[in-house]
Amino acid sequence: MFRRNGDLCVASFAVDEVRVLRKVAGEVVGLLMDGFDHTDPVVSRLFPDIYPDRPDDSAEFRLYTEGDLKTGKIDQAGAILAALPDDGPGEVRLDGEEAEAWLRAINDARLAMATRLDIRADTDLGEELDEAVIHDPASSRVFQLSVYAYLGYLQESLLNALPGIDHRA
Amino acid sequence: MGGMALPQVAPVETPQIEEVPADDRPWVTIVWDDPVNLMSYVTWVFQKLFGYSHEKAEQLMMEVHNKGKAVVSSGARERMEMDASQLHGYGLWATVDRA
Repeated sequence: MFRRNGDLCVASFAVDEVRVLRKVAGEVVGLLMDGFDHTDPVVSRLFPDIYPDRPDDSAEFRLYTEGDLKTGKIDQAGAILAALPDDGPGEVRLDGEEAEAWLRAINDARLAMATRLDIRADTDLGEELDEAVIHDPASSRVFQLSVYAYLGYLQESLLNALPGIDHRA
Repeated sequence: MGGMALPQVAPVETPQIEEVPADDRPWVTIVWDDPVNLMSYVTWVFQKLFGYSHEKAEQLMMEVHNKGKAVVSSGARERMEMDASQLHGYGLWATVDRA
C-alpha cells in the first residue's frame, strides 16, 4: 500500500503484487490495443456514449475524441508497467504526475474487472468472495474478486498518500 | 425618434422573450453514479478537473452518490463535450445534455 514520503508516494510491493499489477495493467493495454469492440460492455463502460439518447451525435463525437482518449488510457496503464520492477519485489516511488497516471489506470482496471465480474451497487464484495470460495476456491472468479478488492485498497491508499490537492488549506 | 410621418406599420409579431432559442440554451455535463468508482476518487477528480474546493467537490460527489447523478458543469456545448471527454479519461461516467 502507498504512503507519503516527502513529495512522493511510495509503496513496497511483494513479488506477487508486482506480478498481479503487471498482469492487470497489461490486460488493460491489451484491451485497448486489440480490435476495439464497442459492443463489449467493458469498452462501452470505459468509453461511454456522450449523448445516451442520440447515437449519431455520440458516434460523431467519438470519431474526434476516441483516439486521444484511448492513447491517454494506454499511457496511464503504461505508467504502471514503467514504474514497477521487472520481476521480483521492489519499491515504487511516484511523483505527482506518475501518481495521477496510476490512479487513473487502477481505476480503468477496476472498471474493466467490475464489468466482467458483474459488480453492482448492492454487491457485497466480502459475501461475493465467500460464495465464490465455497463454490470453488481455485476458480478464476476467486482470483479476480481478490484482485479487484486489492486494487480498491491500493487506489484508496494512493489517494490518501497524494501530496497537495487533498491537503490544501 | 423624430416625428417623421412614416406610414404606420403594424409591428411584426414579436414572440414573448421568455423562450430562449434552443441553440442558445446552456448545456450541462452530468456525472452518473456507478458501483465501482471510490468516493474519494470521484472527489479528487472533481477537484483536479474543475478546480473545485475539497468541500464543493465532496458535496457534488455525495449528490452523485445519493441521487444517482449530478450536474458538474454547465456552459457552451463544446466546453461540456470537452468536460465529459476528460471525465471519461478519469473513468467517470459522464454525459452531456441541454440544461
